[in-house]
Parts: sequence; structure tokens; C-alpha cells
Amino acid sequence: MSMREEAIVQFDNVGLRYGTEREVLSNISFTLFSSRFYFLTGASGAGKTSLLKLLYLAQRPSRGGIRMFGRDVITLPRDKLPAFRRRMGVVFQDFRLVDHLSAFDNVALPLRVSGVREADLREPVADMLEWVGLAHRAEARPATLSGGEQQRVAIARAVIGRPEILIADEPTGNVDPEMAVKLLRLFTALNRLGTTVVVATHDIQLLQKVPDSMIMRLSKGMLSDPTGALRYPPRREQNGARP
Amino acid sequence: MKRPPAIGDAVDRGLAPFRGRKASGLLPKARLGGPLPWVIAVMVALTVVASSGALALSNMVSAARGEVAGSATVQIIEPDSEVRSRQVAAATDVLAQLPAIAGFRVVPEEEVAATLEPWLGTASESEIVPFPGLIDVKLRGTGNERTYAAIEQALQQVAPRARIDAQAHWLAPVLSALSALKWMALTLIVTLGIVGAAAVWLAARNALGGNRDTIEIVHLLGGNDDQIARIFQRSVLLDSVIGGLLGFIVGIGATSLLARQFAALQSGMVAGGQLMAIDWVLIALVPLFAVAIAVYTARMTLLSSLRKSL
Repeated sequence: MSMREEAIVQFDNVGLRYGTEREVLSNISFTLFSSRFYFLTGASGAGKTSLLKLLYLAQRPSRGGIRMFGRDVITLPRDKLPAFRRRMGVVFQDFRLVDHLSAFDNVALPLRVSGVREADLREPVADMLEWVGLAHRAEARPATLSGGEQQRVAIARAVIGRPEILIADEPTGNVDPEMAVKLLRLFTALNRLGTTVVVATHDIQLLQKVPDSMIMRLSKGMLSDPTGALRYPPRREQNGARP
Repeated sequence: MKRPPAIGDAVDRGLAPFRGRKASGLLPKARLGGPLPWVIAVMVALTVVASSGALALSNMVSAARGEVAGSATVQIIEPDSEVRSRQVAAATDVLAQLPAIAGFRVVPEEEVAATLEPWLGTASESEIVPFPGLIDVKLRGTGNERTYAAIEQALQQVAPRARIDAQAHWLAPVLSALSALKWMALTLIVTLGIVGAAAVWLAARNALGGNRDTIEIVHLLGGNDDQIARIFQRSVLLDSVIGGLLGFIVGIGATSLLARQFAALQSGMVAGGQLMAIDWVLIALVPLFAVAIAVYTARMTLLSSLRKSL
């Protein structure tokens, strides 16, 4: 990959426990570079969703350090977090569409939250719905959409703000294999435009469909690096240059 | 696969406010669907009635105090009517010479008899129960115990059983009772305000609980606490405006009805409790205060709850 890459996410010895239970994630250390495609794999209950929650700032770790876009997000005051979240796009495992909003309004939500004027968002949202093949379902409510359609609305919502990092939790879990391939093509198209993509999946077949992807494997809360690409600690030659 | 659409510079990554109809559309709540507008309507109606009562009582007390301040009644107690008449005349001479006295009026015996008629019967019976000679006195200034003692002493030179009663003295228990009623009404207003705020607090927490998923999504999409609070504030604002208006109309209706009932009493003291223009302005502010309290309470409740999330 010729594109210049920067370390945009760094996890340093991160641990996560809920309450007084034992840690669900232990000693997690890795670096994510811009414009890369990452798969996070692991069996159900391995801690994939917990790790993603830390990534999209829905959860603070119990220990360790996390840097994002060059800033320590652990010590960051919570009123500064929204600005970081706006640089990310998240596709949730259960889609988490707002039930009483149309597909159009769901996709427009990140732009509205970012303060984009109504006149400025109509066209990009319509284009985005067309891109995911749902232009004809723009006014449909999530309850009337199929699982695959809901998934595509969720993806459109995640990428409408052109995030620097796209995080998808089991995005192909609820769709047929044909749709899974289509969705993966959406992600790779975005990745080619420079968006870092992190896809959590337990579908091994999916990993082979993105040849340049890196794989992070979670097992019982511990992370392994089968492709040797996570490189932790990151090299000292900062300015983001990849080794 | 074609390229995803470009969105150009449309996305502003700043923290611009997320408001208006589209923002409030995030909450699937129908107008007047919840109890909040009705609770606010009841609170405002009761507060309008209590405020009107408090203001009327305050006016009544002020008017009565102003009327009796520096006023006194001289009583010439003498059973023999001829002697009494002489003593009254002599007393007026004494009063005319005292510098503390601004003016006086001898109350005609017929007037006294007419006043006491409901209790003592017709004037002819006054021969059986002799009336005291009465002189209404107006002092320069409000007067004090020493002034009254000096006047009484001077009067007793010509009428040994003369006594002077400051009207403020005998009216004091009545004024004190009216003041107590006024403070009770004010306490009621404050209590209603607290109860109203508590109702909004509960409604806001309930709305937060009922829309937790939507709030979490807005948070994760980069929405900040202020944006989320605004969405709810708008909803509470509309509810409280509707409730406030409704309560105001009911409250004013009840107040007018009460005012008419009291006016029918044709009592001088009650007439002093008439509401002035400024009072009506204050009463008109009640729904505005209710809306302000509701929106402020909702905002504080929401921000405090949201701060507990990441």
C-alpha cells in the first residue's frame, strides 16, 4: 500500500472488567493505522463487542491507555468525546436504528447531529441511500425493512459523515452470503477511499475476501496477532510513517 | 462497486446545536400524550388563584393599615347625656389646641346609634344603654404610645373618664390574621412551584428512561449532552406552554368568580383588596414562570442524568 499511513488508534495494555467480575479483556495492546482494513475475529463471547465498545468510546477501560487521533482519550473530559465520536462510523450488531424515524432520517442523523443544514444534507443522504441500493425505501421505517435492508441503512448511517475509522460489529451476521459479499464490497470501497475499517466477525470465509486485511484474533479476552501486522509498540519514527 | 457519494464540505465537525423540528422528532411522544401538560395546568391554575388571593390580601392589609395609621377614637364615657355633651365640647377645644392633632370629627350620636342598632336595637333604647361620646381623631404622623398617653392626659383634664384608642390597636389582630393568610398563600405558591418542578423532574427522568436507546445512539453518533437536553427541553417547553395556558385560563376564571363573590359583600375592607394593574401583570407572569421552571428543571435533570453516562 503506497498511501502514507498514520497510527490513529493505540491500545496500551488495556484491561476491561464489568463490576467486580474477572476481566473480559486483558493486556490488549495494538496499533491501528489509517487506510487499513482490519478483521477482529474470535468465537462468541471472546470479547469482540467489548473491544469494539472501547474503540467507539462507549466504554472506558478498567486499566491501560488508549490514544485516538493522537490524543489520550482516557483522561479526556467527557464533553470532548463527541468530537472524537464524529470522526468514527459505527455499524452495530443489532443495527440500532431509531424505530420511529424513516430510513432517510436515520441516515441523516449523524449529519444533523453535526449541525449540517437541512438543505445541505438532502442530496448526500439521498445519494448514500442510492449507493446502498435503498433509494426506493427512503421513507420506510426500520420495522418495515428486511434484515439486509436495515443493515444497509445502518451502514449508510455509519459512513454518511465520511468517518476516518469505520467500526462494524458482525455486519454480515444477519444477512445471506450474497448480501454479506455486497456489504463487504461497500466496506472495501470505503477503505480504498482512505477510511480505516475494523470489522468484527466470526465468519472465517469473510477474511479471505479482503486480501490486504489484517487480522486480530481474540480468545478469552486475550488478543493475538496472526498476521503480524498489529505491531505493538508502534515504531518510534512518529509522524505516522509505517515501517 | 461504484464509489460512495461525496458529501463535500457539508459536514461540519464542530459542535453545532442540534435543534428544531427535526431534532424534536427524535422523541416519538405525542402532544398531550403524557401527564405533564395536565400537571402543569393544575399547578398554574392553583398558583394563579393563590397569587390572586395573596395579592388581594396584601392590598387589603396595606389599605387597612394606611387607613388606620394615625387614626384614633376618643371615647367620652359619661352616663349623663348633658354632662357628656359638655365634656365632648370641652374635649374638642382641648384637641384643637394640641399640636399632635391634624384634625377631628365628633361622631353624631345618631351615627353611633345606627352603627350599634343591630346589637342594641333602635335609637330610643339608647336611653337605657348610654352611648359614649365619640370623636374621630387624625394625628399628624402615625403617633405612638407616648403621643396617645399625652392626648389622653390632656383630655382627662376636661373629661375624667375620657380614653383614646388607636384604631391600629383594635385592628391589629385582624391585620395580623390577614397577613398570616397572605403568607400562607405565598407558602402555597412556593410549594406548588416545588411540586411542579418535582413533576417535571419525574417526567424528564421518565422520558430519559423511555428513550434511552435513542439517546445512546445520538451520543454514539457524536451528539453531546447539550444537544440531547435541547431535544427534551423543546418537548417540555411545548407541554408546559400548553399546560400553562390552560391552567392560566382556568385560574383566571376561578379568580374572577371569587372576586365577584367578595365584591357582593360590599364591605369597605374587602374593597381595599381589589387587584391593581400591577397585580394582574404579576398574575400573568405565573404561567411564564411555570414554563421557565419546567424548562430549567428538565434541563438540569437531563444534564445531571446524562453526565452519568460516558
